[in-house]
Amino acid sequence: MTPLEFDFLKKYLKDRSGLVLSNDKQYLVESRLLPVARAAKLDTLSALVCALQRGGNRTLENDVVEAMTTNESFFFRDKTPFEHFNDTMLPNLLEARTRTRSLRIWCAAASTGQEPYSLAICLKEAASKVAGWRVRILGTDLSNEVLEKARAGLYSQFEVQRGLPIQLLLKYFEQKGDIWQISPALRSMIEWRRLNLLESFSYLGEFDIIFCRNVLIYFDQATKTEILDRLARSIPDDGYLVLGAAETVVGLSDAFKPVPGRRGLFQRKQTEKASIPAPAPRLAAGLVGAR
Amino acid sequence: MKQCLVVDDSSVIRKVARRILEDMDFEITEAEDGQQALDECRKTMPDAILLDWNMPVMDGLEFLTSLRGEEGGEKPIVVFCTTENDVAHIARAIRAGANEYIMKPFDREIVEAKFQEVGLL
Repeated sequence: MTPLEFDFLKKYLKDRSGLVLSNDKQYLVESRLLPVARAAKLDTLSALVCALQRGGNRTLENDVVEAMTTNESFFFRDKTPFEHFNDTMLPNLLEARTRTRSLRIWCAAASTGQEPYSLAICLKEAASKVAGWRVRILGTDLSNEVLEKARAGLYSQFEVQRGLPIQLLLKYFEQKGDIWQISPALRSMIEWRRLNLLESFSYLGEFDIIFCRNVLIYFDQATKTEILDRLARSIPDDGYLVLGAAETVVGLSDAFKPVPGRRGLFQRKQTEKASIPAPAPRLAAGLVGAR
Repeated sequence: MKQCLVVDDSSVIRKVARRILEDMDFEITEAEDGQQALDECRKTMPDAILLDWNMPVMDGLEFLTSLRGEEGGEKPIVVFCTTENDVAHIARAIRAGANEYIMKPFDREIVEAKFQEVGLL
């Protein structure tokens, strides 16, 4: 691949997915895109670049973006976010939402589904606490291909052995030969949608918890800030944002603050309106009205 | 240093497992079947046991059942590592006192993940 071709791919991927490739990522590009080229009956990456430059091949364009943006994923990845979910987020929100008894969770980079399914398992394990509650999980990703896999809930023997305790495998999966499928009860807890974080997502409404792990790393500073600010508008003051273990909002966004002692966990900084106590008469009137 | 007993009738598997576990800072002893493993445990009870199922003389499940009946035999964390990959086998192993279960073929990542799962790392 010539430097010119690499530059073209860099710009191409940045424009379409926000993915920022540094110059040392040539190896990554080659290893991910050669299989795409071959599948499209193109012999070399140069031929692939030519085809992209000619344009008009939507399938190929999508395949290139997907191949470059797809992450490896496994169940209960990094463990701590799920401990935070069980010990901090869920108890606090169950207390805060007793009136509506409803929770919405969004996995914004759901990939092949392991993260949303891990959360669904957490919820099943906490069944007695969430009995009578309406808890919905939305899983979104840029790639249709990974969403299809996520929706089917089919995992290889290798995939179910990384991060998933054997008891949970027995409890929540059905064996189909060498393949394991997530049980229908868990699959029905999750809705899947294709979504590009660069585009508006305000139409999805508010979420009590947003998992957005290991995806911002692909964007440049300005884009990270912009996405974080929009995420803040989709989370209520007592909601939570979960980032990857190596990610932070510090220096990127004023909208969030870290939750002390909970690595990777963030809450919105109180908006000015909410931090000023509401005048007593209005509050009283509100209470009367509510009854 | 934690001790791990690797029980498998295949010397190739024992060698591969040894290499992975030594990198994870375990001191390794080996046994070729369940009876040898039981003899090893009676000498020194290890912290962890990586256990094959199908072996001559005494198989993994028999060994595990005997081990859990021995004095101090409840202590070692037992991780099955076998080609038996169906729900019935896994459930039997868990009932007999296995802590985790690896389905062959395995790699370094799986061993690490499973040992982490049971608090050995």
